[in-house]
Amino acid sequence: MTSEELQQIAETDVAERKEFDYELNVCMALGCMSQHSDKVKAALTEEVARSGKRCHVRQTGCLGPCAAGPLVSVGPTGTLYGNVQEADAEAVVESLGGEPVKRLETHFDHYFHGQHPIVLENSGQIDPEKIDEFIGRGGYLALMQVLTQMDPQTVIEQISKSGLRGRGGGGYPTGLKWGTVAKAVGAQKYVICNGDEGDPGAFMDRSVLESNPQRVIEGMAIAAYAVGASKGYVYVRAEYPLAISRLTVSLREARRRGFLGGNICGTTFAFDIEIRIGAGAFVCGEETALIASIEGLRGQPRPRPPYPAVSGLWGSPTLINNVETFANVPPILRRGPEWYSSIGTAKSKGTKVFALTGKIANTGLIEVPMGMTLREIIFDIGGGIPGGHKFKAVQTGGPSGGCIPEQHLDLPVSYEALIDAGSMMGSGGMIVMDDTSCMVNVARFFMEFCMTESCGKCIPCRTGTAQMFNLLTKICDGEATHADLDLLIDLCDVVKSTSLCGLGMTAPNPVLSTLRYFKDEYLEHIENRRCPAGVCACAGKAIHEEVTA
Amino acid sequence: MNAAVDVKTLIIDGVDVSARADQTVLEVARENNIFIPTLCHLDGLSDVGACRLCLVELKNSPKLFPACVLKVEEGMEVITKSDRLLHYRQTILELLFAERNHVCSVCVVNNHCELQSMAQSQGVTHVRLPYRNPKLPVDASHERFVADQNRCILCTRCVRVCSEIEGAHVWDVMGRGIDSLVITDLNQPWGESTCTRCGKCVNVCPTGALFDKSKVGSSHPKYPDFVPYLNMMREGQ
Repeated sequence: MTSEELQQIAETDVAERKEFDYELNVCMALGCMSQHSDKVKAALTEEVARSGKRCHVRQTGCLGPCAAGPLVSVGPTGTLYGNVQEADAEAVVESLGGEPVKRLETHFDHYFHGQHPIVLENSGQIDPEKIDEFIGRGGYLALMQVLTQMDPQTVIEQISKSGLRGRGGGGYPTGLKWGTVAKAVGAQKYVICNGDEGDPGAFMDRSVLESNPQRVIEGMAIAAYAVGASKGYVYVRAEYPLAISRLTVSLREARRRGFLGGNICGTTFAFDIEIRIGAGAFVCGEETALIASIEGLRGQPRPRPPYPAVSGLWGSPTLINNVETFANVPPILRRGPEWYSSIGTAKSKGTKVFALTGKIANTGLIEVPMGMTLREIIFDIGGGIPGGHKFKAVQTGGPSGGCIPEQHLDLPVSYEALIDAGSMMGSGGMIVMDDTSCMVNVARFFMEFCMTESCGKCIPCRTGTAQMFNLLTKICDGEATHADLDLLIDLCDVVKSTSLCGLGMTAPNPVLSTLRYFKDEYLEHIENRRCPAGVCACAGKAIHEEVTA
Repeated sequence: MNAAVDVKTLIIDGVDVSARADQTVLEVARENNIFIPTLCHLDGLSDVGACRLCLVELKNSPKLFPACVLKVEEGMEVITKSDRLLHYRQTILELLFAERNHVCSVCVVNNHCELQSMAQSQGVTHVRLPYRNPKLPVDASHERFVADQNRCILCTRCVRVCSEIEGAHVWDVMGRGIDSLVITDLNQPWGESTCTRCGKCVNVCPTGALFDKSKVGSSHPKYPDFVPYLNMMREGQ
């Protein structure tokens, strides 16, 4: 593959697209697929053939507002239809070139306004299984540039300059990580893409892999060149069958077009990627556990240091980044680090993909610039709380994060600000809760998650989470005393300070953050045997006398 | 420079000590008679950093580090005893006592148990947490030994000694989190497993989880000190 050939593929794709008067982009990501968007696409294809209109019916990745699925976007007008059923195919095709179908039209202007798609820029516009459509939108241009015009050091400098930080949750500077792996000594190095997304309510990485897998492959190839790796692994959880099948097709396509394998882009650079499927353990998202899992061992973390950058997969220097981090890489190199660092806040650059779920009008996938406030995300983009209920808290960062209440809604979203508020950025799940949610029960839910997902290796996480879960259950059931609450707080400190890996260290966070902002709800359960949200069945339970030690 | 001659100096509990560059803080502390509690660590086996009892403080760091895997560094200032560390160590021991069944008076290794002596040395006088008392299996299918899951603290010494020293890898862990169990082969009865009957696992087990049938009703001391000697002999030292 030379840059002329790349350009030719892009031009051919653009020309092919121009042969059609219209296009119907049917969302075939998992959200809409679960509403049988594949049948809608088949019906639309049939209807287009019958009508004789020059219209291209395309399967695409995520279009955004998942709750309104199955979604169909109409080109070139940009009309977005929601809740499209098979029976609507005739009306949709008939309306092409005329007035849009009123009953299917959606009104998501607020939803898209304020978003800044970089990772998701091709999502919903290209067929994720067709590499040429990706190339037609500027795909693999960055890899070509990097391999033919830059040395590895320059690539790392550009990434450092862009201010990109790890999107998996920790926020470690990506350029610094790449530099460490590049400097590490080893005949063989590896690049791993962490797609073991497991936070409840999070589906960013799944959507990226389903909507634009080539972007992740391109990012990994650039990273491999920068750090000197020749072999890559994408670790995806088995619960994401569609992402795995799209990735499999995409890897084959990338090899066919010469972006993987030997002599990539006509240079001496060789790199190939294999998929590793996780067996359903949340802890395998922790990098050392993930590496153990790829090696075929029990998915348990080990103490760091040594960090994977020095001694990772099979003892070799290994770069591990999250799906979204890799997906950010090609545009940074294509458009320059200055462009990227102009977006976002002082310390958190670029954009972040969030999965909006819970008690919110517009459930779906969004990408916003860092620094946008939670209020804008929840009330402008998310459309606020449905059913006349009142906002209570937003949970970010999954089981490692915390609940942020009303008074912090004007917080600009950045790594530091969220940690200061007692939560964390995490991988991007955002669960909105209204006044029908009991915060003690929410903390209990996340503690149960940590308890069942603990690997069992270190004592504080293995038995501490089980004890905390029992204490939280006791509070919810209206059987707790103040002494139980004190014990819970003490265990939070022990588990947070002494656990081996991030799972245990952050497991108490949902309890600590709800205690910080909603302690009155805990006390209400304990002192008055009353659940303010009416969720827990603790009413009428006897109030035990406190036994003071 | 060769690690064997590369000497580092550091301070442990206010005492100036010197160490080889490849040593861990735990090794150096023990050489200098500074006691750091451990349960999963055993001289001669690989370290897993799982029991968290050996956590120490480093000056100028809010984080705690497991001494068993913490490599020495020049100028390091290690604190092995503090109120905070003692509280954490006691709570971890309480968590262990409450996790399964550790009633010493009816245990076959009473007075020879590392969990028991550790609790005594750390001043654990009572357990604040409710006992979970799960009902776990006891495997007596082996002609010589018994595995009582109720006494197991999942230190994985048996797993490591069987894999690293005996080379049989009969023991491993199944399940996860609070439901983890050590098993022989693919959870076959111990007596029907590929066990070589060497008894190393029984001798390294810190509690009464693995014991010798012939010792029931009598004193059952364990002799885990053979592992480093075995390693030395094998390395021809």
